[in-house]
Amino acid sequence: MYNSPYLRKNASVRRVMSTVLVAMLPAIALQCWLFGSALLVHIALASVTALLCEAAMLALRHRPVAPALGDMSALVTAWLIAVCLPPLLPWWATVIGTAFALVIGKHLYGGLGQNPFNPAMLAYALLIVCFPALMAQWPGLGVGDFASQMDWVFGGARAVDAMTGATPLDALRTGLMTGQHADAVLHTTPFGHVAGAGWEWVSLAWALGGLLLLALRVITWHVPVAFIVAVALVATIASAIDPARFAGPDFHLLAGGTLMGAFFIATDPVSGATTPRGKLIFAAGIALIAWCIRAFGAYPDGIAFAVLLMNICVPMIDMKTQPPVFGHKNGGAS
Amino acid sequence: MLRKLFSFNGGVKPDPNKSASTREPIARLPLPPQLVIPLHQNIGGTPRPLVRVGERVRHGQRIGAADGNVSSAVHAPASGIVMAVEPRLMPHASGLSAMAVVIEPDGQDEHVEREPFDWKAASADEVRDYLRDAGVVGLGGAVFPSHLKLSPGRAMATHTLVINGAECEPFITCDDMLMRSEAHDILHGAQIMKRLLGARQVLVGIEDNKPEAAAAMRAAAAALGDPSIEIVVVPTRYPAGGAKQLIRVLTGIEVPHGSRSTDYGVQCFNVATALAVLNALERGEPLVRRIVTVAGNVERPRNFDVAIGTPIGFVFQHAGLKPDTDKLIMGGPMMGIPLPDMDAPVVKATNCLLASSPALFPPPQPELPCIRCGECARACPADLQPFELYWHSRARNFGRAQEYHLFDCIECGCCAYVCPSHIPLVDYYRYAKSEIWARERDKDAADSARERFEFRNWRAEREREEKAAKLAARSAAAARPAAAATGAEADDPKKALIEAALARARAQKDAAAARATDELAPAGGQQAGTGGLQQAQAGGELVQAAPSDKQVE
Ligand code: SF4
Ligand code: SF4
Repeated sequence: MYNSPYLRKNASVRRVMSTVLVAMLPAIALQCWLFGSALLVHIALASVTALLCEAAMLALRHRPVAPALGDMSALVTAWLIAVCLPPLLPWWATVIGTAFALVIGKHLYGGLGQNPFNPAMLAYALLIVCFPALMAQWPGLGVGDFASQMDWVFGGARAVDAMTGATPLDALRTGLMTGQHADAVLHTTPFGHVAGAGWEWVSLAWALGGLLLLALRVITWHVPVAFIVAVALVATIASAIDPARFAGPDFHLLAGGTLMGAFFIATDPVSGATTPRGKLIFAAGIALIAWCIRAFGAYPDGIAFAVLLMNICVPMIDMKTQPPVFGHKNGGAS
Repeated sequence: MLRKLFSFNGGVKPDPNKSASTREPIARLPLPPQLVIPLHQNIGGTPRPLVRVGERVRHGQRIGAADGNVSSAVHAPASGIVMAVEPRLMPHASGLSAMAVVIEPDGQDEHVEREPFDWKAASADEVRDYLRDAGVVGLGGAVFPSHLKLSPGRAMATHTLVINGAECEPFITCDDMLMRSEAHDILHGAQIMKRLLGARQVLVGIEDNKPEAAAAMRAAAAALGDPSIEIVVVPTRYPAGGAKQLIRVLTGIEVPHGSRSTDYGVQCFNVATALAVLNALERGEPLVRRIVTVAGNVERPRNFDVAIGTPIGFVFQHAGLKPDTDKLIMGGPMMGIPLPDMDAPVVKATNCLLASSPALFPPPQPELPCIRCGECARACPADLQPFELYWHSRARNFGRAQEYHLFDCIECGCCAYVCPSHIPLVDYYRYAKSEIWARERDKDAADSARERFEFRNWRAEREREEKAAKLAARSAAAARPAAAATGAEADDPKKALIEAALARARAQKDAAAARATDELAPAGGQQAGTGGLQQAQAGGELVQAAPSDKQVE
């Protein structure tokens, strides 16, 4: 016999995860159009790997396999990994990354809901630390047809420079290292109107998907707003102090993974903060660390490391930001 | 008049499902062949039975007397013969039995004398005793004895009486239908309550999905011409009918867990309770019937005026229980309890009898792990973090669960309603609460056992010492002449021992005196007083200790 409430809302993890997948579609479509359809191959690779790993780990842990596979959470992780990877990455790197995320990042911590770290960001961090050169293999805008991209993914062709173009963040870094003024770098080839030809549009597509998640109440406003405000604020201040070294807020908001991170990565409920104030702190923390890594660090984009670092702080943030309970709001005895 | 309404956080909006049972007016249910009237139908002490098997009782006769002040009497809803006074199955999830008076109605419905009570002339205490003996308890489901809630506030004056007609649970419509048909009497009862409380205003809260009830109440208020009564329509959002939530919505006051609303100048009663107070004080009618919504998987959902003690099966017969019913619920679908059996009786707490079918309330989908999505926290009207409570309850980490305010949880079920992982969250809280209560009981029992044990040890020790002292005294007395006879050599070591002991005792006394002086010195002129108090306390302890120690000769 089960107890009250007997009435349940028509909600499920599957529904939540499916909504996230749907919200990712605009950005995926745009990215395919601009940078080639190899992305779809990586999504397929990551999805198959994720589902196989999930099933294997559940079987090893003697858990029912079917309901967990049906919850679609493994697919969300797989897609988030795939969209972060450069489309020319060899297939095995995608498989390794995804397997690492699912096996180490998720199931060794106890599976769905238990992982302290964002699995997709773990995969990204692993790959960029182990294969930094491969992770730079972003094709130039509109360079290369699908067949030649497939050669890259599955073949052994390694004449990278013929096809890849530097990402805006890479170009900025290189430019600054050769002593150029930030403004001057930003007006060279790979840059479009603001943050790199094509990139700014992909970023906006992520924001569009994010707004859908907000509208459907899958995420709350706290994380994206705190994230975006914090990035804009620190970029504005830094570029006002030293415009030669630091790019402005428009660039930082639209380049790299800022908007994707704000709407799709930092909003991961499992590894993120849960209280309203905690979410603000968590997201702002990621934004600041990511900006620091971009400005001073050795990696082109810092969202992944920033997320992982803030993941460590989540238990403390949650504990310190418990909202006041009904009736205990005015400093009353609790 | 537009009153500024407040809102509480969280809450959910399930389909109200109220239309089916409001199509027909309230019907008076005939008496069943047998009435089973549980003695314990209130929060507090179990009433003592006043009747014996074979005795004839009349309608309205008291059959159970309130046990102390935190208790409430029970009465016979019909005249008839007492067939048994024995444990019967209760409408309780546990399937436990409790003492009940079984009456077979004789169909004559002979009343006891109904004497209206001159409550205006009576003292407050007399009114309270009268209500207690009329068996008036909260009819919203909590069945807290009403007389205990009708004193003017102690900490501060009660300024507002809230009458709860919100009725936020889906399916339940008994208050709705009562307001439609008895609006005038409800408000008259509220006026009496207002006077007993010394309150200045009466706010009647009704959810906006009951326009007919609100209109009837408004018309009645206008007819009464009492400007202190205000009918306030509040937005429909479960659990707006929770006492604390309604008080918050109407007055903006948040009453924390563990305090009384009167500490904040507000008191809250259900509409049916207001009517019961009126019936008792103005008409001399004790509480023997109540309105029950019968809904869900039945042919003819409706509200019935039911005699307390009517078997649930009898009620469902009249509503036409459908064959695919898989479960019976007392209360609504959000907070109701599963009923063990059709034989359990309708009690004062029975606001709704809900028949469930797999189509109506499908069994929950398999439970998945919590994904910390926070939906539950956004739905919680008590502003809790339900998933934290869940983690800690599940891990049997009850201390942490209490730190996260487990006991502020009102078990409204909003969190479980929205959870995408289909976790029966409230079950975890019920489990954690009952474990904590059990542990506290065990601890209390252990504490008193330890106290008893320690006292026994102390007494045994003391007896042993006394015996040893007596023995020593006797042997010393016996030894003295012998010692004198045996001469100085034999006496010497003993004498030395005694000397040494005396010296030790002197030294101790000196040291104690020195310590005492040290302590008292800074107190200056007060030392005499303080010392006196300490002595008095010590004396008190001795006096207290003495009677408990019966072994002292
Ligand atoms: S709604 Fe369910 S899954 Fe979401 S945080 Fe609460 S308990 Fe966890
Ligand atoms: S049952 Fe308790 S924890 Fe859940 S929503 Fe209601 S008050 Fe909050």
